[in-house]
Parts: sequence; C-alpha cells; structure tokens
Amino acid sequence: MLRVIGKRLALLIPTLFGLSILLFLWVRNLPGGPATALLGEKATPEAIARINELYGFDRPLLTQYLTYMGRLLQGDFGISINTGRPVLEEFATRFPATIELTIIALIFAVGVGIPLGYLAARHNGRFIDHSSVVLSLIGITVPVFFLAFILKYLFAIQWSLLPPDGRQSPRIDATHYTGFYVLDGLLTGEYDAAWDAFLHLILPGLALGTIPLAIIVRITRASVLEVQNADYVRTARAKGLREGTIRGSFILRNAMLPVVTTIGLQLGLLISGAVLTETVFAFNGIGRFLRDAIFGLDYPVLQGFIIFIAVLYALINLIVDLSYSVIDPRVRVQ
Amino acid sequence: MSTILPPAAGGSVAPADPAIDTGRGTGLWKDAYLRLRRNPQAIVGAVIIGLFLLVAVLAPLLAPYGGDELPGRTSITPTAIPGPGAIEGFPLGLDRFGGDVLSKLIWGARASLLIGVVSTALGLAGGMLLGLLAGGLGGWVDSVIMRFVDILLSVPSLLLAVSIAAMLGQSTYAIMIAIGVSQISIFARLLRSTMLSQRGADYILAAQTLGLSRRTITMSHLLPNSMGPVIVQATLSLATAVIDAAALAYLGLGGGLPQTAEWGRMLTYAQAELGVAPQLAFLPGACIVITALGFTLLGESLREALDPKTRRK
Repeated sequence: MLRVIGKRLALLIPTLFGLSILLFLWVRNLPGGPATALLGEKATPEAIARINELYGFDRPLLTQYLTYMGRLLQGDFGISINTGRPVLEEFATRFPATIELTIIALIFAVGVGIPLGYLAARHNGRFIDHSSVVLSLIGITVPVFFLAFILKYLFAIQWSLLPPDGRQSPRIDATHYTGFYVLDGLLTGEYDAAWDAFLHLILPGLALGTIPLAIIVRITRASVLEVQNADYVRTARAKGLREGTIRGSFILRNAMLPVVTTIGLQLGLLISGAVLTETVFAFNGIGRFLRDAIFGLDYPVLQGFIIFIAVLYALINLIVDLSYSVIDPRVRVQ
Repeated sequence: MSTILPPAAGGSVAPADPAIDTGRGTGLWKDAYLRLRRNPQAIVGAVIIGLFLLVAVLAPLLAPYGGDELPGRTSITPTAIPGPGAIEGFPLGLDRFGGDVLSKLIWGARASLLIGVVSTALGLAGGMLLGLLAGGLGGWVDSVIMRFVDILLSVPSLLLAVSIAAMLGQSTYAIMIAIGVSQISIFARLLRSTMLSQRGADYILAAQTLGLSRRTITMSHLLPNSMGPVIVQATLSLATAVIDAAALAYLGLGGGLPQTAEWGRMLTYAQAELGVAPQLAFLPGACIVITALGFTLLGESLREALDPKTRRK
C-alpha cells in the first residue's frame, strides 16, 4: 500500500513541475509584462522599473524561475495584489467555507444519487426509472449558476424559506475556531449559530450537488443494471440467500466500483462549480475569492490557486484509487 | 466542466475492407444512421439542434432588432423593467439596458452556438493531433505527449478554461481558445486509448501481413476505426462548451459590451433583477439547457448506435 502511494506521489512531481513552468511563463508573458499587469495600463515607467526590481522581473528568466520555484517549495505563493496579504493565508481562511459547502453538496449527491440510481435499476422500465433518467439528463445540462439562480429565486426570494446569501446571518454573534461554521457552532454549544450556518449551506449545497447527483444516478443505474443479472447473483439466489444479503453484498457492492470512480471524478467538477455557486450566493469561500481575483487580475492568487487545486485534485484521485482496495478485495491482491 | 460521462469502452469494430463484407450486413456508419433514425431520443436531439442552428443562421431575418440595439432604451426606468407583453412590439419584454429580449435570444443563439462549435472544433483538432501522434508513433513521443496531457488534466477543465481566458485577455476569441484547449486532453486520451485497443485487432495484423507501411496502417486503418468514440465525445463536448461559455461569461470573461447578445451574458446581467424580472434569467437559461440537452441526446444516441455490444439487437 505504502509503495503504491509513494509511486503515485512520485508520478505527481513531473506533472506539477510542468504545471509550474507553464504558470511561470504565463505570468511572464502577460500583455505589457508582469509589472504593467500589476500596476495597470497607466503606470509610469519609474513605477514599472521599481516593480521590476522589487519582484526581480529584470533578472534572467532562469534565475526568476528558480527563485519562484524555491519560494513555492517553501509554501510561499506570493502576495495577493487585491488584499495585500499572503496568498496562502487568504486560502487558509477561506478554504473551510468551500470544504463545508463541498461536503454538503457531496452528501446530497451521494445520499440521493446512489439510492435513486439503485431504485431506478431495480424498477427498470417503470415510472421511477424513466423519471430518474429524465431528471439526470436535465441535471447534466443545466449550468450550475443558472440552477443556483432558480433555487435562490424560488426558495429565498419568492417563498423566503431560506437565506439568499452569505454564510451566517449578521444578527448571529458566533465564535469561530475552525472556520467551519457548523462545526464551530456545535463545538461551542451555540446551536442556533450552527443551525443558521447550516440553513445558509442548503441552497448552495443543492445547486452545487445537482450535477454530480445526476451523474451518480446514471452511473449507479447503469452499473446495477449490469450486475443484477450476473451469474453469481443468480447463484446466490439459488443458494437461498436472503434478498437483503443479495442486494447489499452481491449487487450493490459489486456495482459500487464505477460509482466510486465517478464520485472521485466529480470532485473536480465540484471545485469548479464552487467558484460559480459561491459567487451567486455571496458565500465567502475560495471560489468567490478566485472570481474576485479574475476580475482584479490578481495573478499571484490565480497562479497559487491553480497549483493548489492541482495538488488537491491529485491527492483526491489518489484517495479514490486507494478506496478501490477497500471496496474490491480483488484490487488488493494485484 | 469536464466530460459528462466516461467514454464507452471498446469503440467501433468495423470491417476494415468493404470487399470482405459479404453484403448481408451493413457498414458501421450506415447501420448507426439507420438505428439513429429509429431512436426517438436521437430525433428529439437532432430536431432541437436543427431548430437552434436555423435560428442562429437566420438571425438577421428572424430578429426584429439587431443584437446590440437598444430599441426600448426610453421605456425602461431604474425601478421598472417591462416584462413580456407589457409594451407592444416587444413580445418577450425588455432587459435592463433597453434591449429587446426576443431579438437578443435569437442573436444569442448565433453567438453561443458559434462559441460552442468553434471551441469544440479547436479542442477536437488539437486533441486528435496529439492523440494520433501518441497512439500512432508510441515510444517517447507518446510519453512526452501524455505527460503534457496530464498537466492539462491536473486542473479541472472549467478552471483551466478560466485561467487561459484570463491570460488571453477580454475577447470572444479568448473564450473559444480557452474552452478548446481545456477539451484537448479528453480527445487526445480518448483517441490514443481507442487506437491502442485497436492495435491488436485482426485487421491490423492482416494489413501488416500485406506489408502496408506503418503510415498507411495508422492513417487508413487505425484512425478511421478509432473515430467512433471521438465523434460521440465531440457531440457531447458541444453541450459542455455551450455551458462552459456561459460560465466564463458569468465570471466576467469574454469582453465586449454588457448588452452583448449572448446567452451567458444575458443570464449574468439578469442576476441583479432576479426579484423583479426573473424572466430575464429564465429565458436565456432555458435556451442554454435546451441546446445542451439537444447535443447530449444526440451524442448519447450516437454512442448507443455505434456500440457493437448493442448493435445486433
């Protein structure tokens, strides 16, 4: 197991190395040069010269790259142009919000998606099957921020059932230790704060979770359909095993492998979806920060974010691969 | 957003040489076409796409006003935006700039489909070139190309598109290139893996036995027989491209005037008026969903039609 992890992490190095080169060249080749990008079009030549000296843009390209790489390896992602604070620090304060949102979305997608897909397959050709197919088709074709609009309009504006934006109502004076607002509320015993934070998570969570939900439904359905008529399922029935055992240990467990792969692949979608969802709901996470960075052309933030996401994405994929061996003993043997 | 569904396994296995065909069967593509014509899902998809393409092409004839025109500028006030049917001559009402919503939806079809088609064509061309080189030449070329593809894949595709668009600056071309590049990795990997799986096929062995050159085998035998999954993916990618283009517009990329007639842009600027004029968001949003649905339906029926496993039903 450890060797597998080590090998995968070693494979990650050339990819990240290549990515860092591309990102480095990107910022060096900005229109008008990096200093102009930092200061804006109207910058005086003196100011540009000062910035060039400060950031070392006037030095040879290779020296610049090595400096940049050295800083990256020490966890120094540079300083945000918009806020003037270290990029990594900005990420750290906002990341819990995004994780919280992603977890809610994932719970929704998996918790509804797998049972729905399973039911659809069991009642193949019946009403629930057809409706799940249609719903999942719409789910994969709706832009996530449009769905967020619809949810916000219906549940927050029209019916006023749920809060329209933010992470917590301003009237609530909560203490925050971890940055995970729901968890903070539970830890400090401020249950009203935890509940309020949870209510703020519902709409963005639903919006963000719908596309993965649609995909999980489809994959689960297809996978169960394939497995439920397999020979070993027939054998299990012939042996007189209880129907519950057959469904749980034979059908569902065998059908899960492609589903787990899919869930892993969805995490990339969730990260990009979070950028859009957080923007619609003014949810102060990493996604919204990125959007502001795009608008403000905050290159250190964009650069750091991409590296950060690439590492995260790779680690998630590694975890997904490792989870196979938990689900499927056959993978463990190989 | 990256690929909607994992590609179908296997791909197309067709008789490479029509001479071998005994005449009782039909070719893969003809067979697929016959099956598509019988599939209601495919027909719905094709009709949707056909209609939107028609609207896009005939936009100058169909739209009452130009895409960037603001004919109702005098009729809007900061507090009121006339909805559908409120003022004569604007059947779907006005937007907050004073543009005719109907005209903008029609011109928007042109803009959005153009972005979708051009970016997918770019991604397809780039991805096929890389996939062909990697799958056809193998060896170190394969390794280098696949490492590059790994780099592209190391960032979720929408975020890759966002970064590229942010780098290229504010223009529609930047959006097209950005989405196109973000799709390259899918096509490259798909074509390469299909070609690799076909390489051991009997018809390739036969071609090698006949002494055909590697180039001929790759270009005339391997490539045509590996195109099925790629074409399916291209159809599905058109849906993703239209959706991603809207997302990029929402994130403030793409340049141009705020009142530009493009669905994603219309949706973006409708956000502020969600409480008073929800139709401004719902109409362009519905157009995006329906277009994406059309491409998805067609793509999936095509996948089914080309899948040898379901072929003999």
